Amino acid sequence: MQTSARPALSKTAPQNPGVPNAMETSVKQPSQIDPSTATPLRMQVRSLDFYYGKTHALHSVNLDVATNRVTALIGPSGCGKSTLLRTLNRMHETVRHARLEGSITLDGEDILAQDVTRLRRRVGMVFQKPNPFPKSIFENVAYGLHINGIASGRGRVTEAVEQSLRRAALWDEVKDVLHKSAYELSGGQQQRLCIARALAVNPEVLLLDEPCSALDPISTAKVEELLFHLKENCTLVIVTHNMQQAARVSDSTAFMLLGDLIEFSPTPQMFTTPTDPRTEAYITGRFG
Amino acid sequence: MWRKTVNVVMLSLTGLCALVAVSALFFILGYLVYHGGRDVDWNFFTKLPTPVGEEGGGMANAIVGSGKLLLLAALIGVPIGLLGGVYLAEFGGKTVPFVVRYTADMLNGVPSIVIGIFAYAVAVMPVRHFSTFAGGVALGIMMIPIVLRSTEEFLNGVPKAMREGAMALGASKWKTIATVVLPAARNAIITAVLLSLARVAGETAPLLFTAFGNRFWSPGWSQPTASLPVMIYTYAVGPYDDWHRQAWAAGLVLLGLVLLINVIVRTVLSRGPSAQRS
Repeated sequence: MQTSARPALSKTAPQNPGVPNAMETSVKQPSQIDPSTATPLRMQVRSLDFYYGKTHALHSVNLDVATNRVTALIGPSGCGKSTLLRTLNRMHETVRHARLEGSITLDGEDILAQDVTRLRRRVGMVFQKPNPFPKSIFENVAYGLHINGIASGRGRVTEAVEQSLRRAALWDEVKDVLHKSAYELSGGQQQRLCIARALAVNPEVLLLDEPCSALDPISTAKVEELLFHLKENCTLVIVTHNMQQAARVSDSTAFMLLGDLIEFSPTPQMFTTPTDPRTEAYITGRFG
Repeated sequence: MWRKTVNVVMLSLTGLCALVAVSALFFILGYLVYHGGRDVDWNFFTKLPTPVGEEGGGMANAIVGSGKLLLLAALIGVPIGLLGGVYLAEFGGKTVPFVVRYTADMLNGVPSIVIGIFAYAVAVMPVRHFSTFAGGVALGIMMIPIVLRSTEEFLNGVPKAMREGAMALGASKWKTIATVVLPAARNAIITAVLLSLARVAGETAPLLFTAFGNRFWSPGWSQPTASLPVMIYTYAVGPYDDWHRQAWAAGLVLLGLVLLINVIVRTVLSRGPSAQRS
């Protein structure tokens, strides 16, 4: 696993020089800088405060999500990384008494002012546990197309389903059993099916909430490899408990602690020369 | 030693009780077959009851009558129970569902004869005659709480992750419920509906003064109609031997129909989660 990670790291490494100095100037919210320099930003989170009832879950968080890059959110349980991720496509609205202050933009547009259905079509999500619908493999992938009325006509739907399954690196394994129940797939296949399902509507951003935590190491490796290919035309934000995973798959990493975004840097720098002592303590395994 | 004894005793006791529970059904079935088996023939299903003193005849009108009553009951009970259950499970806040749930449980506990009186008051008194419709209303009211509570329970059993999966793809709340949550709970809900039908199929008390009874065919919905349970009641307390035999036969047919519903439900549903295309 470690060996397969090296190429990903070395690919992003050359982008780093010059950034560290800038990072040191801002202490608590160093996210004003785009960590991968020239990359345009797809999403921007500005002074985001989030409350579950009276619990203040996120404190004035800023985050930049660079286009066609992988942004990882790490931190101990309960630090708010999943909460932050869920605000990016407004999934937090399914929770009662959740309240949000601050701004989140997608391509410069305020997502809070948009139609939520349209937003979620542009910003897809993959969950911690594979959650296929009790339908066939084909129907699972076609679901997003059907409800959004995107591709009509069986031919176009079939085409889109195949394409999505190919992008999720699942096509070869399921092409002969498309009309079997999704529950007959293994856990890892189910998770890739969920990724294919999210990809079917061609989202610009894909949010992944600990997508590998329920998977075995081999399935995890497959999903990670998949992420590496997906970022060619999709922006990815991944929450992970696993620091090695963040190091392997991401271009920039945000470390969160107790609702604060402590540090946000290019991934190689985060894992070699973190600026904040708390980040260092976490990534060297002193807590969390 | 003592622990072992207790273990053996409790094992035998629970096993015995389980056996009694199972054998009750077989005893009833055997008894019905013994007493009424001979009278369940082609005539029973095709002929009207004969006038008193004349041998033969059947209960065709009661079988059709029971069918019509159950159809009406389902038309009333299923939509209200189903949609109400969806509301409880998906939309309700805290107070309203609590009240609805509590009321439904109480309604479930209302003696069926009281529901009969209610149906009599709202569907018989105003028009001044008994009718199939009134009987259907009574049975439908009895079905509502059963369907409502089981729908709620099965919808709550659908994992939250599945709803989120649909909503994250841009499905609205209602679309999520209609296209993912309800299909996921479909088999369980169908089972509950059919079992509730089987249950009200045997209700006699609420039919006594709503659907009343009829020795002839009951055209349409506004005439009194015969039904199997009421026929059983009338014939069993009647003074004639051939009536008694026919009451046994009717009991056997009623039980057979209920068992048939059960078996059909289980065979259809055991085919597992369907992978149908839309």
